[in-house]
Amino acid sequence: MSNNAASSSAGANGSAHSAAPRGNSKRPKYSKFTQQELPACKPILTPRWVISAFMLVSIIFIPIGVVSLFASRDVVEIVDRYDTECIPEQNRTDKVGYIRSSANTTCNRTLKVTKHMKQPIYVYYQLDNFYQNHRRYVKSRSDEQLRSPSGENETSTCKPEDTNGAAIVPCGLIAWSLFNDTYSFSRNNEQLHVNKKGISWKSDRDHKFGKDVFPKNFQNGSLIGGASLNASIPLSEQEDLIVWMRTAALPTFRKLYGKIQKDLQPDDEIHVILQNNYNTYSFNGKKKLVLSTTSWLGGKNDFLGIAYLTVGGLCFFLAMCFTVVYLVKPRRLGDPSYLSWNRTPGGH
Amino acid sequence: MDSKNPIESSPSIEITLNSSSRRSNSSSHSKASRGNSVREVTFGDLGSKPVRYGSRGADSEGFSGSQKEISDEDARLVYVNDPEKTNERFEFSGNSIRTGKYSILSFVPRNLFEQFHRVAYIYFLIIAVLNQLPQLAVFGRGVSILPLSFVLLVTAVKDAYEDWRRHRSDRIENNRLTWVLVNDQFQQKKWKDIRVGEIIKIHTNETLPCDMVLLSTSDSTGVAYVQTINLDGESNLKTRYAKQETLSKTPEKEKIRVLIKCEKPNRNIYGFHANMDMDGKRLSLGSSNIVLRGCELKNTAWAIGVAVYCGRETKVMLNSSGAPSKRSRLETRMNFEIIILSFFLISLCTIVSICAAVWLRRHRHDLNTIPFYRKKNFNDEDKDDYNYYGWGLEIFFTFLMSVIVFQIMIPISLYISMELVRVGQAYFMIRDTLMYDEASNSAFQCRALNINEDLGQIKFVFSDKTGTLTENKMEFQCASIWGVDYSGGKDSSVNEQVGHFVQVDGKILRPKMKVRIDPELLQLSRSGNNTEEAKRVHDFFLALAACNTIVPIAFDDASNPTVKLMDYQGESPDEQALAYAAAAYGFMLIERTSGHIVIDIQGERQRFNVLGLHEFDSDRKRMSVILGCPDKTVKVFVKGADTTMFSVIDRSLNMDIIRATEAHLHNYSSLGLRTLVIGMRELSDSEFEQWHSSFEAASTSLIGRAAMLRKVANTVEKSLRILGASAIEDKLQQGVPEAIESLRTAGIKVWVLTGDKQETAISIGYSSKLLTSKMTQIIINSNSKESSRKSLEDALRMSKKLITVSGTTHNNGGNSGGAVSPVALIIDGTSLVYILDSELEEQLFKLASKCSVVLCCRVAPLQKAGIVMLVKNRTSDMTLSIGDGANDVSMIQKADVGVGISGKEGRQAVMASDFAMGQFRFLVPLLLVHGHWNYQRMGCMILYNFYRNAVFVLVLFWYVLFTCFTLTTAINEWSSMLYSIIYTSLPTIVVGILDKDLSRRTLLKYPQLYGAEHRQESYNSKLFWLTMIDTLWQSVVIYFIPHLAYWGSTIDAPSIGDLWTLAVVILVNLHLAMDVIRWSWITHVAIWGSIVATFICVIVLDAVPTLVGYWAIFDIAKEGSFWLCLLAIVVAALLPRFVVKVLYQHFSPSDIQITREAEKFGSRREFGAVEIEMNPILEPSRR
Repeated sequence: MSNNAASSSAGANGSAHSAAPRGNSKRPKYSKFTQQELPACKPILTPRWVISAFMLVSIIFIPIGVVSLFASRDVVEIVDRYDTECIPEQNRTDKVGYIRSSANTTCNRTLKVTKHMKQPIYVYYQLDNFYQNHRRYVKSRSDEQLRSPSGENETSTCKPEDTNGAAIVPCGLIAWSLFNDTYSFSRNNEQLHVNKKGISWKSDRDHKFGKDVFPKNFQNGSLIGGASLNASIPLSEQEDLIVWMRTAALPTFRKLYGKIQKDLQPDDEIHVILQNNYNTYSFNGKKKLVLSTTSWLGGKNDFLGIAYLTVGGLCFFLAMCFTVVYLVKPRRLGDPSYLSWNRTPGGH
Repeated sequence: MDSKNPIESSPSIEITLNSSSRRSNSSSHSKASRGNSVREVTFGDLGSKPVRYGSRGADSEGFSGSQKEISDEDARLVYVNDPEKTNERFEFSGNSIRTGKYSILSFVPRNLFEQFHRVAYIYFLIIAVLNQLPQLAVFGRGVSILPLSFVLLVTAVKDAYEDWRRHRSDRIENNRLTWVLVNDQFQQKKWKDIRVGEIIKIHTNETLPCDMVLLSTSDSTGVAYVQTINLDGESNLKTRYAKQETLSKTPEKEKIRVLIKCEKPNRNIYGFHANMDMDGKRLSLGSSNIVLRGCELKNTAWAIGVAVYCGRETKVMLNSSGAPSKRSRLETRMNFEIIILSFFLISLCTIVSICAAVWLRRHRHDLNTIPFYRKKNFNDEDKDDYNYYGWGLEIFFTFLMSVIVFQIMIPISLYISMELVRVGQAYFMIRDTLMYDEASNSAFQCRALNINEDLGQIKFVFSDKTGTLTENKMEFQCASIWGVDYSGGKDSSVNEQVGHFVQVDGKILRPKMKVRIDPELLQLSRSGNNTEEAKRVHDFFLALAACNTIVPIAFDDASNPTVKLMDYQGESPDEQALAYAAAAYGFMLIERTSGHIVIDIQGERQRFNVLGLHEFDSDRKRMSVILGCPDKTVKVFVKGADTTMFSVIDRSLNMDIIRATEAHLHNYSSLGLRTLVIGMRELSDSEFEQWHSSFEAASTSLIGRAAMLRKVANTVEKSLRILGASAIEDKLQQGVPEAIESLRTAGIKVWVLTGDKQETAISIGYSSKLLTSKMTQIIINSNSKESSRKSLEDALRMSKKLITVSGTTHNNGGNSGGAVSPVALIIDGTSLVYILDSELEEQLFKLASKCSVVLCCRVAPLQKAGIVMLVKNRTSDMTLSIGDGANDVSMIQKADVGVGISGKEGRQAVMASDFAMGQFRFLVPLLLVHGHWNYQRMGCMILYNFYRNAVFVLVLFWYVLFTCFTLTTAINEWSSMLYSIIYTSLPTIVVGILDKDLSRRTLLKYPQLYGAEHRQESYNSKLFWLTMIDTLWQSVVIYFIPHLAYWGSTIDAPSIGDLWTLAVVILVNLHLAMDVIRWSWITHVAIWGSIVATFICVIVLDAVPTLVGYWAIFDIAKEGSFWLCLLAIVVAALLPRFVVKVLYQHFSPSDIQITREAEKFGSRREFGAVEIEMNPILEPSRR
């Protein structure tokens, strides 16, 4: 491209240019920039820098590791896997058949509190092996439809859960497969209230799910995927749906079910009455009920703490190693005798 | 060698070659006619120069084509002064030119069409088109075409701007005015309105608007002088002739009925064939009858001509095409690595599709009901499958989709970045004040934009001598006249007062150039014709003043109004130098017309009739002039190369003088001077008559004119009396020895290919430090194939012996150019004729590669190219040719990198070159400094770009493994498209343009550092694979730290996607930052700015409610784990790289590394020395 430009100016237009007197000097103007002499800092990895860098990393990382490990350990978490337990022994050979049948699926579980749990205690359900990030699944929704009533018929992206005679609101596989196990908790026969308000993102409630959009025609098909919705409550208040529709990133995920705003004491026994409705059996998914407190770091996860400690420790070790290396086999920086043409015998 | 000319097949180069041969012929004539320094040209006698004798010179066209009948269909008919009739049948183009490529309407389609000539863009396009298919729609429609349209747009804007500039200059050009004959009087007309057939009048110093055939000029003999500087850059005047028959016509007064039948427009600037039918007579027209668009009329009051080619059909327009494009070595390598990357891409895609296949197979019974798959459409009556095309097709689609998702594995943006970086690098090379040449006022020129980095890997430099190593500024140094050596003037300085001058019209006329004068000789030249010696001196200088083709031009001295300066315009500097020398000794050439010359001899004007002139040809290697002297005698003066002159000098006369002269000649040439021998004799009347008639016959002959003229010349150039010899010094350019020394230390082999004779070449070799006294010289001069074979074998044996001797003393593989076993090979063109293009080539190469210096003397232009090819075909090393003349064009084009010296020999070399500069010594900063930087930068940039894109793709890939292999991306699709456009593009470009690993000083101090490039230290396959392993590790860290930290948490895809986006961007920018050596504020802005820009972009994208990731970044950034993840990713990912780097730097530091440390910590004293050492290279241009 530039070649053409150069040649055309040299060839055709040259006559116009060179007609000018030759007196004007073509000397390039001097500036630090054009001579590539801008002031610049030129860091070099000296032993001191290397060792201090490693030390710095270890000094930062080890405390962080310790702190986050403590934070993670502080989080009290009760996990109860119930997908198999809640199926009667005799039905365990055909779990899918059982869950599909209209049998009573009420199931009683007892959870033991091991440590003091400070309120709010978050109630999650955890699904394993459920690919909420599957391409077919993530795409199967219509944000226009969720936002305003005027987008009700924008269901083209929702197939195969788009219409059922009339448009389904909310359409798509995500909404269709809404999780429908329910839990109720009691401690010593005293009902523990689960607060289901404010479990979803405020931004979603305000901007993604319309206040004047009501469920229509939902779960009317021949195959019921999950929970049905109360058609008189606008979508912006259907928080379970909003939580569900923020699709999880990884195939093992938790979703917030609600909050218990009471402290739980050690050795409290909590009775859970749950309705085991949701079919994860067809894809070997696990279902877990999780009660957990929280910390500044999020939930219970030792990984970050361990990772920080490992990296910090490694850097400390490296710092030591390099100190030894620099002491045992030092190399004078910028020593010309190391230059290849000085090392080779017979060179200059 | 000319039988198998490999170039002939390609038409585009043929033109240049053609012209080069023409040019070299003429240039060689003028040089060689002065003897010693002959640029030998062995290929045929293409049109001998016209004999300037009256206007007969007009029939100068090559004898072969002169009488060729132009058939009607190949001809264009021009009715002179009848543009209506001329243009009624044939649509000849008007004179308006359009160098602009596009019009407003055609811009979009044409520009797109041209852009899609690049494979990279087609790949882009295919991916974008694939993505438009509903089954494969991975990205949104808008997103997927964003990168392509961005790139197309940037290029289109650039093209549009360039085109706009072209349109603007076209407009200026088209609206210039000239005088055109309309209704029998000359009127002003715009250039663009000129039509073929119109009669145009040009005044002195005006530019010609179109190609026209001369009809008449202000000169009574029909001579017009034109300057062709815009055409081929040669600043000397060229003579063109109007036909005798048309001279007398005045077009205003009488209607001219002339029909010109000329060939179709073509690109050959140096050829023109036409016939002119006039009053029933047929005349032939040649290239000396046509003046071309772009030339300027000089020294002629006016000229009238008829337009034959207009506008885009003019020769200059037909010749304005780009330089041949070359591809850099690094890019070739890079393309190989890109193929590896595409295999990598394909294997990633294959893995994904195989996994997907297995998954689908295993779940084939559940697909209908799995909530996140739901194959069956239960809501429809017929319950067909939704968006499922069967197992096989699904896998195929998965494969295609993964290609779309992983597309940036092939770093398309790299091509654009490379282009931008090269523009930036070129900018800095052009702006380098140290490569500006004051003398010729020429800055560095970067004519090819895509081989900047090749400058860093040059291993062979082929250099011309005259004009390249030397200044091609000829200075008359000394003379041997009548057996006496006058070289006393050498030491005396130029004395301005002594300079000879003449009074003309009350003004003082003085030569423009001062010459050193030998006082003794001056005395002698002034003493008149009293003694035999003085007579010879008189004749000698008369020969110098007369025996040439110089055109004297007097002009006013700007500083002193009473002085007029005499400028000698001629085709070669040698001839000028001799004319100035003659003038300085009182033999001033004052006037030249076609029939006579006026010489002021010691204040007395004498008029000599030029009865005939035999110009140089490559066989005779001499020229002669036959003068009718004022005393009615006829003398022939001859000057030429010693080899041919001594054969025509009558050896029976003055044997002592001949011997003495020969001895002097030997002295001169061993001093590196260019010598010429001068002889003369008087012609008797009968001899003259005989010569005259045969000369007339020969020069009017239509067939074989050149051969006949040569024969005539040979009859008159014989039994000459020797007058003496002249010696001209062609000074070495400033800094050449130091430059050659630096290049050799850098491990670059310098070969000198020259047309000069062996002694001169060797002496220049010594003075330029190319040859040293330590070296063993192997000289090959052979006259037959057998003898060349023998001498080659001997030489090989000898060099082997030398090497084994030196090899035992120190056992290293010749790292720094010739320090080990200095063997110099000197070979001449005659031997090369037998060696090149035969089986001996191989042996020559073996021998040459053992030698540290190769000097080829008396080589023809095509042999130069042949030698370049000899090396290029047998090694993978990069070659560079540097030259200044038209005879270097072929070698400049053959070499990997061609450098032209914008010197005195015109611009042909520059036009053919990739880089052009003013002085040979600039080669050192060009290669050692800019070449080093460019290569280093480009190497780093390519590796970094591979890494940058691969790491992103791998992060996507790891995620795909946890999404049921369905190519979901957690990273926002906009982010993944902006990744290589906004997030990470700028820093690599800025670093690619600005980063410097070492300062200019250090690089010049240690030329050996150039070896790092020879060893391909900054880009090789080891580095590539290391980088790829590092990439793998980094991608694992980026992906799995958040993956494990957020496993089984409430994290949603867009949030973790934002985390990955930011992590990748920060990481790749820090990765780059680790490699940055010089942190100027621009680097800081680019790197940190990119990270900030990414944050802003992510925030903006997450503030759009229609996108899935609405508010995600704000949500995730509230948690401490987000920031801890970022920090952990950056440190853990860069840790191995850092450790490896530190270990490598400590245990096996590279030369670059050590010198960099020395630069920072080294003692001041050490560096102070550089200043003095490098002075010759750096200082002159600093002044």
